[in-house]
Parts: sequence; structure tokens; C-alpha cells
Amino acid sequence: MLKGRHLIDPSDFSREEFRELFDLAHQVVKNPEQFSKSCEGKILATLFYEPSTRTRFSFEAAMLRLGGSIIGFSEPNSSSVAKGESIADTIRTIECYADIAVMRHPKEGAPRVASQWLSSMPLINAGDGGHQHPTQTLTDILTVELLKGNVENKVYGFCGDLKFGRTVHSFIKFLSKYEGIRLILISPEELRVPEYIREEVIRKNNIQCIEADKMEPYMKEMDFLYMTRVQRERFFNEEDYIRLKDRFILDKEKMKYAGPETYILHPLPRVNEISIEVDYDPRAQYFQQAKNGMYVRMALILKLLGIY
Amino acid sequence: MLQITSIDKGIVIDHIPAGFGIKLFHYLKLDKADYTVALIINADSKKMGKKDIIKINNEIDLDVDFLGLINPNITINVIEKGTIVRKVKLKVPEKVVNVIQCKNPRCVTSIEGYADHVFHLVDPEKRSYRCEYCDDIVIPYTI
Repeated sequence: MLKGRHLIDPSDFSREEFRELFDLAHQVVKNPEQFSKSCEGKILATLFYEPSTRTRFSFEAAMLRLGGSIIGFSEPNSSSVAKGESIADTIRTIECYADIAVMRHPKEGAPRVASQWLSSMPLINAGDGGHQHPTQTLTDILTVELLKGNVENKVYGFCGDLKFGRTVHSFIKFLSKYEGIRLILISPEELRVPEYIREEVIRKNNIQCIEADKMEPYMKEMDFLYMTRVQRERFFNEEDYIRLKDRFILDKEKMKYAGPETYILHPLPRVNEISIEVDYDPRAQYFQQAKNGMYVRMALILKLLGIY
Repeated sequence: MLQITSIDKGIVIDHIPAGFGIKLFHYLKLDKADYTVALIINADSKKMGKKDIIKINNEIDLDVDFLGLINPNITINVIEKGTIVRKVKLKVPEKVVNVIQCKNPRCVTSIEGYADHVFHLVDPEKRSYRCEYCDDIVIPYTI
């Protein structure tokens, strides 16, 4: 039962609960119109303390396609946050007006703190600093299921900024619940996965894992290659960003090393890490992935509000 | 051997690794105490060779999570009428609240001052802990 629950971290839901959610998401993909009045009279609040295109728009589009309404802010300067209001006070105020809320925040753990002050409104983490981004994972997993049927017994490559890449952390955390997962983690030494992911998730769950600094030798065996952007906003030092930002670029030449069913995913936005020419390759699935994000967020809203 | 008279009512913190008694003395703010406290350093110990001991001639609340975190082998004896009435066995705590501060500048606790600093035990041997909010792993100061 997901009614009234928060989704702050992939470990908040059990495997069975995720199954229930994805089963509904598949129904939404097949016939979105069927749900067009499901959330009539309901309000979604979007609290974006950090810029976003896909996540905010897809949540807003999801709620509008469900027949609900939206309130919120897309940058904190247009709210009382600019006056120094605490997260605890903001979220308790929002609970007076909305039925469900989504929060993106640059500080890690901010949605967890907010959730501790709520009495009944479900809260969804839409990305907290370089930490977690569980609804991007929902998008990624729905895409995996639509392309290959299921999540198990597959090889997942992750490339780019694995240290601050919150989408990578949430994806790996989710995968750790499943059997037969192999991970190939490609990044510069400085941007490898954080210790808690290596120790608490990968090692504790005995997941087969290789860490490498080149993608070509491993591309053929991958079912999915998940490219990520080196994020300027996570660096305290601009020089480090410039030195690392173009380390891995996936282009047409490198795609020759990939298998015929090695699909390329990316949480977007992209900067230089995937050349535009790759967009025309049928294995490039990142724009379809963005569309799937709206469907799975529709399913999530329906579940957390207890409508389905 | 130097004799320190026994206390009538209070607490004896025993089996402190030699050399760390003075640090623990300051951590527990015993230098500010207005009751009798004795710090014994380099006492003979069958188990440890040398050890430090703190005797507190008063009933005070000790933070056993804090003591277990810095060294679970320390023992605490509660004294009444000159005899030991209770031994407190320390253990490495599974969860600590406001004992360790999160040092990750990206953690929400760095800006939301009212949020408790909550840590969960990751590895009892290394005594490493994970921040509940940002998942940063820290190894707190231990003795």
C-alpha cells in the first residue's frame, strides 16, 4: 500500500511495492487517456529550490494529464525561502494547501528533513544535491522494462560523473534489489561512486562490479550504457570541472563498439558527453526515456494519493 | 602503589586506554565539576598492561552512546555505599543522535540548524557511521 507514503530514496519502497507501481505505469503508457480525470480536485505542489526542466515539467504535465492542478515555485527567490524561511516551515505551510508535493533542493537530505515535519501529505524527492533522484530511477527502470522486458540478469554501464551523479546513485540502489545485475562503472578517478554506494550498496549486496576508465572495451556486453553529465554546479573549484568535463564523449565512432541491443540512456540535460549524431542511432533512447518519465510520475502520483 | 580512596556514591569509568583518560576527562567536562573527581593515569592492568581510570564522587548522567562510540571496551561501575551496585556494559551504538556532526558541506544539516545530526552504524569494527540525510560515511574520533 503506497497511499500517503513518501518517496525520498529508492530504499523507501519494497521490491513488491515498486512492482505494483510499474504495473500501473505500464497501464498508463498503454492508455494515458483512461486516467485523464483521476486527480480532479487534487493539487500537486512543486517546490524547486534548484533549476529543472524535465523533472518539473514532467511532474506538472503528469498532474495536468491526470486532471489535477499545480501550485509551486521554480526558483526559491520567488517564495518566502528568499526571506530565510526554513524547510520545516515551508513544507508545513504547503501541507495546508496541497494534497501531494515534489521537492528539489541543492542540499543533500533536504527532502528527508522536510518529510519529518509532515503529518499526512506525501512528499517526493525530485533530486537532492549530488545525493539521490528516485523518480529519475523510476523513469530509467520503466524504460529498461519497455526495451528489454525486465531488470534482472543484465549488464549496466554507467559513465561520467558517478560521484555527484544522483541519478546514478538512485539507479544502482534500485538495481541492488534484483538478481543477476552486473555493473561497469566508467569514470575518472576523481568522480568514482561515493563510498556509501560502494560499501553499503554494491559490496553488501555482492553485486558484480568493474570500475574502469575507458568505455570501449566493455560496450559490447552492456545491455544499457547510462551516460551522465559532469555537473558544473557540484564543483567548488572551476578548474576541476574544466579538467574533467570532456573526459568521456560518446560519438558515432564509439557507438561501433556497442552491441546491436546496447541501449544508450541519459537522464538529460546533456552537454557534450553524447554527440548530436548519436541521436539518430535507434539505440539512443534518452528522449523516449524523458517521455516515459511523465508516465511513471503519473503512476506515482496515483499510487501515493491512493487513487489506484 | 599509589592508593586512591574509594568513593561512597558515584561512578568509576574504568579500562580507559592509557593516555586517553585526560582527553575523556575534558570531553566529559569534568574539569568544570564542583564535586570530587579523580583521574588516575597509568594504573596497572592485567588485561591492558596500563590503563587510566576516572572516579567521580557524584551521580551524573553519562552519555553511554558517546562512550560506546569512542571505545566500547571502557567499563562503567555505579557505586553506592562504597560498593559496585551496577556495571554498565558499553556497546558500539547502532544509531547516534547529536553525538557526531555531519561535516559534508552539501548536507542539509549545514543550513537547517534545527535538524538533528543522526548517524547509523555501518561497520562496527571500523566504527564507521553514515549520515541519515546525505549518506556521507564518517569514522568518528575514537580512543
